[in-house]
Amino acid sequence: MFKRRRGANVATAMIGGGALLLATACGGGGESGDGQINLVLDTFGVPGYDARIKQFEEEHPNVTVEERNVTDVANYTQQLQQNIAAGSGAGDVVMVEEANVAQFYAQPDQFVDLNDHGGAELEQDFLPWKWDQGHGADGQLLGLGTDIGSMGMCYNVPLFEEADLPTEPAEVAELWPDWEGFISTGEKFMEAETGAAFVSTIQPYFRAVMAQHGGAPYQNRQGDLVIEQTDSTRESYDTVTAMADAGLSASLPIWSEEWNAGIQSNSFATLPCPAWMLGHIESTAGDEGNGQWNVADVPGEGGNWGGSFLSVPAQGENQEMAIELAKFLTSKEGQLSAWEEANVLPSNPEALQDPKVTEFTRPYFNDAPVGEIYSETALELEPVYYGPDTQAIDDAFRAALESVEQGQASPDEGWNTALEEVKRATGEG
Amino acid sequence: MTSVQHGAPPSPSRGADGTGTRPPDPRERARARRSQMLSRLDIRTSPYLFIAPFFLLFGVFGLFPLLYTVWVSLHDWSLIGGNEGFAGLDNYVRLVGDEKFWNALYNTLGIFVIAVIPQLLLALLLADTLNRRIRFANVFRMTLILPYITSIAALAIVFSTVFGGEQFGLINQMLTAIGLDPIAWRGDRYWSWTAIAVMIDWRWTGYNALIYLAAMQSIPKDVYEAADLDGASRMRQFVQITIPLLRPTIIFTVIISTIGQMQLFTEPTIFAASLGYAGGNQGQFQTVMMLVFQETFNYQNFGYAAAVSWVLFLLVVFMGLINVWLTSRIRGAQ
Repeated sequence: MFKRRRGANVATAMIGGGALLLATACGGGGESGDGQINLVLDTFGVPGYDARIKQFEEEHPNVTVEERNVTDVANYTQQLQQNIAAGSGAGDVVMVEEANVAQFYAQPDQFVDLNDHGGAELEQDFLPWKWDQGHGADGQLLGLGTDIGSMGMCYNVPLFEEADLPTEPAEVAELWPDWEGFISTGEKFMEAETGAAFVSTIQPYFRAVMAQHGGAPYQNRQGDLVIEQTDSTRESYDTVTAMADAGLSASLPIWSEEWNAGIQSNSFATLPCPAWMLGHIESTAGDEGNGQWNVADVPGEGGNWGGSFLSVPAQGENQEMAIELAKFLTSKEGQLSAWEEANVLPSNPEALQDPKVTEFTRPYFNDAPVGEIYSETALELEPVYYGPDTQAIDDAFRAALESVEQGQASPDEGWNTALEEVKRATGEG
Repeated sequence: MTSVQHGAPPSPSRGADGTGTRPPDPRERARARRSQMLSRLDIRTSPYLFIAPFFLLFGVFGLFPLLYTVWVSLHDWSLIGGNEGFAGLDNYVRLVGDEKFWNALYNTLGIFVIAVIPQLLLALLLADTLNRRIRFANVFRMTLILPYITSIAALAIVFSTVFGGEQFGLINQMLTAIGLDPIAWRGDRYWSWTAIAVMIDWRWTGYNALIYLAAMQSIPKDVYEAADLDGASRMRQFVQITIPLLRPTIIFTVIISTIGQMQLFTEPTIFAASLGYAGGNQGQFQTVMMLVFQETFNYQNFGYAAAVSWVLFLLVVFMGLINVWLTSRIRGAQ
């Protein structure tokens, strides 16, 4: 459940502000005369709530829940921000992506403080860092965690076979204990001349490596830029530009049509896979991709990329019931239901150790033991802190990385351009 | 008469009184004079009342935003925080020294030159061809307007395939097949301009050609017949009769194209495979309007975006004047 940007540009170009107006027009739910409550739930990506919503409606006969889903989180976030700023139009319960938490929760008045509604008792239901991320600056509890994005490395089985590399997850993981090992494996793969590249584009690897470094890669909790003060951001940048130097990249911009076409036509051999990425591969590659991909451990140590929260905007009319729904969906049972439906990894420590998760295998990915791979590292994850301007900063680095892998800029030039752009975006330039 | 005491409703009726057939009576005369005054008032003011709705709407939706933009551009202004204090001319000072603005302006003007000039010339030639007696003239004329009414979504899909990357692009696959190097359509500045210009011309050439065609059909045929008798070639007729007589139309299309192209946004935005408003990973094809959108919606910097769009407005006026001056020199050809 992260940035799906398929056709995002087209959509923004065509719809522009119109979509925002539309979203504003069809506002949140309401209460009709007979005590019937309609709740609107705003989500993006594939949250896996269908079964759980049905159950909620059965338990509360006077409530109907309408899920409004936007595929692309970038579009979703822009709309949500507009609705929050406008004071109407947002759902009764809204999903907020990890990287955009700081942006939204910097407006604590716009969301219900769940501490006032028995939220504080829920602390043990969430991983401590996930619990912390849901808080505003003054300790308000503004969001309850849904999923987390612990990582695996997806690899294309036929391409690995063709390049005489091992294909069993355990053996594959041994090829790359760290990112240097990953790059040397990539060089071996490229020597085999399969016609495919080893990585699609270096951008997702940047996110993955950076997530493993933890800390605050872009902005600190005061909102100041710390990119130049933190070594890990530059180190992550150098690690992935080395992949481009070694000629491993197919240079397909992530989330673009071409990138998706690359997944379908086996144009690249690996892809960092947070749990939510599996759903994207499966829906993009379709039936033909069945059995083509498998999942191994990621090089280096763990790391978290993505994951979301549910919040209740203060503008809603049926806040009590909305809070009820948010708790229902983020409870242990709610998270397990979403895991079974869409493979979004729970942020509830008990759910993470539940056999339903740990023993889960996924037929589409050659019966990869995805439950084991993802839950193993999940309990020790070190979270990344994302500041209020993460989306814009991320876009700037994405542009820089693409210009490096396409050969339009040296790594240093790309880095400097990105920094200038970042300073513009954050108003520090 | 009670109506004297009343506030004289501006009744447009001029029926019974004011015709002067009745015997003169001071009261009647006063009434007649008043009615005459009213009718004069009617003639003078009614036209303004009739066009008033437009100006009211224009004031609310045109003039007010225009002036409000000036106000916003003088402040630090963000989407979330709203007005964050008066900044004077800071935004404009920043704009003068902003490389990204100049880059965007360079791109906008560059695409303008390579898109509009061939587009209007091609449209003129097409219109001239269709103005001759050819078979299925109406079919061809209809075809001209087809790209214009094609949905932008279809445009985006088709051209993203045509100008796709090294592996999946149509042109690149053909180039590779005949042993040439693939083209980095989005990576290279000038290739990206070319691709965008093709998209623009595909969509707008027919539109301009139809306007020219309409104007050409109003040129009297006997002018050409006379030229034929004098032995003027087809080309010479085109240069010395058609173009000078089309001058007002050409000026119109040039102005419309200038306004449209200076605000170029749609084509380059859908051309970008990712990172919509950034216009390429180094801003190779980011236009001024895309910069405005990026500052507004990605960076939430309304103040600066307002300053940029206001400067863009002045540039459009300036460019429009230059183009009128240039095209008005067509007269010299006569």
